Amino acid sequence: MKAEEAFAPLKQRALAEWQGLQESSRPLILVGTATCGQAAGAQAVLEAVREATGRLGLEADIMEVGCIGLCYIEPLLDIVKPGRPRISYSNMTPKLAAQVIEDYLVRDNPRPDLALAIVDGEAMDGIPRLFDLPMLKPQVRIVLRNCGYIDPKNIYHYIARGGYSGFLRALSMPPKEVIDEMKKSGLRGRGGAGFPTGQKWEFCRNALGDEKYIICNADEGDPGAFMNRSLLEGDPHSVLEGMLIGAYAIGASEGYIYCRAEYPLAVDRITLAIHQMEECGLLGDDILGSGLSFRLKLRQGAGAFVCGEETALMASVEGRRGMPRPKPPFPANSGLWAKPTNINNVETWGNTSIILQKGADWYASFGVPGNTGTKTFSLVGKVVRTGLIEVPLGLTLRQIIYDVGGGIVGGKAFKAVQTGGPSGGCLPASLLDRPVNYETLAAAGSIMGSGGMVTADEDTCMVDLARFFLSFTYRESCGKCPPCRVGTRQMLHILERITRGQGEAQDLDHLQEIGQTMIQGSLCALGGTAPNPVLTTLRYFRDEYEAHILERRCPAAACKELTQYYILADKCQGCLICLRACPVQCIRGDKRLVHIIDQERCTKCSTCLQVCPFDAVARVSGKAIEVPSETIPVTAPPPRRGGG
Amino acid sequence: MAQELEAIFQKHKRERSSLISVLQEVQYKLGYLSPEAIAEIARFLKISESEIYGVATFYAQFRFTRPGEHEIKVCLGTACHVRGGERILEEMERELDIQAGGVTPDYKFSLEKVACFGSCALAPVMVVGKEVHGRMDPNRAKKIIRALR
Repeated sequence: MKAEEAFAPLKQRALAEWQGLQESSRPLILVGTATCGQAAGAQAVLEAVREATGRLGLEADIMEVGCIGLCYIEPLLDIVKPGRPRISYSNMTPKLAAQVIEDYLVRDNPRPDLALAIVDGEAMDGIPRLFDLPMLKPQVRIVLRNCGYIDPKNIYHYIARGGYSGFLRALSMPPKEVIDEMKKSGLRGRGGAGFPTGQKWEFCRNALGDEKYIICNADEGDPGAFMNRSLLEGDPHSVLEGMLIGAYAIGASEGYIYCRAEYPLAVDRITLAIHQMEECGLLGDDILGSGLSFRLKLRQGAGAFVCGEETALMASVEGRRGMPRPKPPFPANSGLWAKPTNINNVETWGNTSIILQKGADWYASFGVPGNTGTKTFSLVGKVVRTGLIEVPLGLTLRQIIYDVGGGIVGGKAFKAVQTGGPSGGCLPASLLDRPVNYETLAAAGSIMGSGGMVTADEDTCMVDLARFFLSFTYRESCGKCPPCRVGTRQMLHILERITRGQGEAQDLDHLQEIGQTMIQGSLCALGGTAPNPVLTTLRYFRDEYEAHILERRCPAAACKELTQYYILADKCQGCLICLRACPVQCIRGDKRLVHIIDQERCTKCSTCLQVCPFDAVARVSGKAIEVPSETIPVTAPPPRRGGG
Repeated sequence: MAQELEAIFQKHKRERSSLISVLQEVQYKLGYLSPEAIAEIARFLKISESEIYGVATFYAQFRFTRPGEHEIKVCLGTACHVRGGERILEEMERELDIQAGGVTPDYKFSLEKVACFGSCALAPVMVVGKEVHGRMDPNRAKKIIRALR
């Protein structure tokens, strides 16, 4: 009970601060300024908010919060008027933000026309509740519980919302019981492999040695994935509390967070959070009088995908080239500096803190047996509602892509969803009704991975997508073992030939054979999973490979060497828009004269296709379109004006 | 340079595991890892220069030539690839008349391609200096560069 007493002043201060914020007589304005928000222009919105409140003489609190996951309609601005629910406004511009502030805070008009949702509280003025929106309705926020709600730079906000109470509960139990609790929760490694977390901890706890380490793998290297970044930016303490619990359960005295350097904001947030923990006595010697001594250090990755592999990551922490080594010995017995080491992903640690806070049974009530809890995904690519989502395991791909993601942009046809990044696979429409869990994805030839989910539509060429992933793994292969080093190179070479229209009939057999060799012979998971994008596209989209090889045609008209652009004489209005937009000036024509693309000089950048207001540009593969050889007068009927 | 390096060295323990952090801080300070800087780091950590090069060249983050005043990074991660990131890169290569990995003769701009910034929901993405620009198209990208000229 000593720890609870020591914690009490922190809790009191946190509650007072949080309550002060909730019951303040001043309005509270929140702006989401995670990296994605900033990319959408949140900084300018924040400045406009400051400017507007100053100009209007408003006494208001302005708070920067993390990402709530609605990236597709960022920047987001939320306003809480005293005694009123929190209203969220999307797609803000500096001008709109200033307007909303003036209208709502001065004229008491909440602008339902601009409002997105009520974040906490009942629907009002026709504004729906946030979690009634189609994107959020199927979601359950467990790991992301605080993202977008608290100031991630303020440890007291985290504590006020139950933070570090999981750690306190852990301290009241013997370490073995903490491990049992983790086992009972059913939590599996969220880095992608899905190994039961409690069991992993037990291996390390039972390993011989008095010095033990724990590591948080925040080297989120999968292109197309940003779940870990969002969590670290929006709620760093949830992850660090998980590590404290792990340190106690395993008996570790030192921990490392290995975060990729491409995430500068996450790095800042972790640095600050560690500092706050030290100040509050949550790190160091004899933490809260419990006898536990634990220190945390941050190490930045330096841009090597292979460092997501645990043994490579540890080599990197030790200051060496990040190359994997054979296992066994497993890190639980011989890891960092040959000492017993336990390594978990950011999301696993983020789950740990809430499991200890709310109990294993509570956690296991989400998801399905064997795949309990939730999983975060970054839902991106050609879906309407891109963003960060958290759903219970067991939802189908269709539910995620159509219900949460709103289907494919522009009403186009779904072609594939890619899970697990360069280690995962591309799954076709026929598998959309499969539930998402570790086993079904593996059976389909893909993996859960850390949670990247990239959707592709009819305009995406699957051979080109496979080539894209292999160009990545080829570059990132560390070169230590030949199956990966040579295999990625050969596969890439073949795929490049196929996408250039120089494929040969035996290429597909070769790809299959090289892929099998890599799976069987590679030293680490990078090489062992690198063929997945190729093997799954061969399995589900073989016809696209055959079209490239046998007909020299790209069915998606995406591979440049196999694609031509034409301006259709019966549609061209001679408006000069494409001619002016063409970055290489290869379009000739004049006002009211049909434009012509110089096929020799065209770089196939598709700018003309995108800018043409009359759908007069055609992109085709495997066939030529008859177009005039000279600029003739426009014959197409003029476009209909006005609404029709 | 010596003073700047000394200030960095003072923050670190003289041990192997400090190497990558030291390299990162030196690059952050100087913009790149010059041969002179590597020699100083070797002296401080008592590791041979060749071994430091061995580590530094393994990681994509480290560069050994002077970057441009404005560092432009075009993302070619999966989401950016699917949404046309390559077109942004091609436009930049045309606009700056350099290839990815290069620097303009006046050292005003350098151009790089990177694997992922984690701003995938706003793909395609381009980073100029520290500023992340989302929802790019070739023309918008060009305007951003022209404003810096």
